Amino acid sequence: MCTFAAKFTDPKSIFSKGMMVANRTIKFLTLLTLVFSSLTAFAGGGDTTSNDNGRVNTKESIDAYIKHHLADSHDFALFSYTNNAGERKHIGFPLPVIVWTSEGLRVFMSSEFHHNDDGAVVLEKDGVKLTKIHSKIYELNAGEEAVAFDEEHHATNAQKVLDLSITKSVFGMLFAGLLMFFGFRSLASGYKKGPIPTGAARILEPLVLYVRDEIARPNIGEKHYRKFMGFLLTVFFFIWVLNLLGLTPLGFNVTGQIAVTVCLALFTFFIVQFSGNKDYWKHIFWMPGVPVLMKLVLAPIEVLGMLTKPFSLFVRLFANITAGHSVVMGIAALMILLKAKFGTAGATGISFFLTLFLTIIELLVAFLQAYIFTMLSSLFIGMAVEEHDHH
Amino acid sequence: MGIFNDFSIGLFLMQLVILALLIFIMAKFAWKPILNALNEREEGIQGALDAAENARKEMQNLQADNERLLKEARAERDAMMKEAREIKDKIIADAKQEAEEQTTTMIDNAKATIKQEQQAAIAELKKTVGNLSIEIAQKVVRKELASQDDQLKLVEGMLEEVTLN
Repeated sequence: MCTFAAKFTDPKSIFSKGMMVANRTIKFLTLLTLVFSSLTAFAGGGDTTSNDNGRVNTKESIDAYIKHHLADSHDFALFSYTNNAGERKHIGFPLPVIVWTSEGLRVFMSSEFHHNDDGAVVLEKDGVKLTKIHSKIYELNAGEEAVAFDEEHHATNAQKVLDLSITKSVFGMLFAGLLMFFGFRSLASGYKKGPIPTGAARILEPLVLYVRDEIARPNIGEKHYRKFMGFLLTVFFFIWVLNLLGLTPLGFNVTGQIAVTVCLALFTFFIVQFSGNKDYWKHIFWMPGVPVLMKLVLAPIEVLGMLTKPFSLFVRLFANITAGHSVVMGIAALMILLKAKFGTAGATGISFFLTLFLTIIELLVAFLQAYIFTMLSSLFIGMAVEEHDHH
Repeated sequence: MGIFNDFSIGLFLMQLVILALLIFIMAKFAWKPILNALNEREEGIQGALDAAENARKEMQNLQADNERLLKEARAERDAMMKEAREIKDKIIADAKQEAEEQTTTMIDNAKATIKQEQQAAIAELKKTVGNLSIEIAQKVVRKELASQDDQLKLVEGMLEEVTLN
């Protein structure tokens, strides 16, 4: 080792390089530990309404659990368990609830609901009574003290409020945003040192190049693509990072929230409409090259097509991610459901390998959906900015 | 639970704000510098490739030039050598001719001289022979009176004396 080090003229630089590598390794290991320390717990929400002291071990409670996970939640729960004293313990942290009620803005921490999700806990907040039912915040009508339900378990004397809380999904989006910001900021600042990226930037750069050269350029065209790169790159990495976060035991299901995918699709929709040139609108309302009668028939169809494009975008992303999460959780639940038939070890083995297999597929789907969303967005943008010089 | 029951307006609004901000921030602080750097690098690479190609072409041109020059030089050298050889031949020929002419003149001169000398010698000889004949004739005439035999002896003696030198 000494002779090896002696060969180099500057042992100081070797040392600092070694330190850099060590630093990086430590950072990476910290991150890994953060991610995997929660592996012991399967992703999921807080309390379930099952009778068996919060245990999820029947078909109904599993269904409820999956549904609960797919929905957004107001606190960040990693896992929960029942201790020896029979108390339900929740591991996680509360998130702020921000609601716009009939009396104005109310802000408090979600821990005040004590993990209750069926309207049993009613909070008094400066003249408004708030409760949480199935991850939604309700405001009780004036004068009411407790929530009344109809046969379908819908609250009859409470109204939903505008909920601007930092929910788990919002938290996830902020987290993804921060990851993206710091990751690509480091890539961007890396170029100041030299044109060849080093370290983690070597992984990020080909991804950026991929979006630019395989998605934006061929679909939008060399002339216009640069304008839309900001949107396309952001959306691509945003969806991808969130899809991947959804596969970690942190249990995010952001891209499986319909509100999120609708918002993403609306961005595409408006960008397409605002960047559409004269030809684009002409092709929608007054199709060139066909008889007048056909023009009249085609116009409503084209308008419909204009609207179905973003619709397909948000439904595809939402459905794929929701389905993926449902199936992975369902298969994981086989561990419990097949216990009677195959024994604990057999059921766990079957469930483990199927879940592993599906998770690998989901890993692919996570990328694929980000790719498809970005690709179709750029395709629609490309159609809007295309110049038809043959007419 | 229907899809639209799940739609949370609050989440939608939060997402709207977050996504808009994220696009703005990322475009300004990440994508723009990254894409600019990538473009710059690609242009740099393209430039370097073009320069290399140009250099190669120039090199080729230079080589062609060199070859042309070399060929020209060789041709010139050949021409010069040929000329030199011609000049040499001419000089030799001229020299030969001159020498020949000179020799001829010398030989002619020599011949003329020899002839002159010869004639002079012949004239001298004639003169000497004449003188001798006269002398002999004088002596013969002087001794004629003695006898025939004496006369003959005399002539013989005289003839012996006469050496044609």
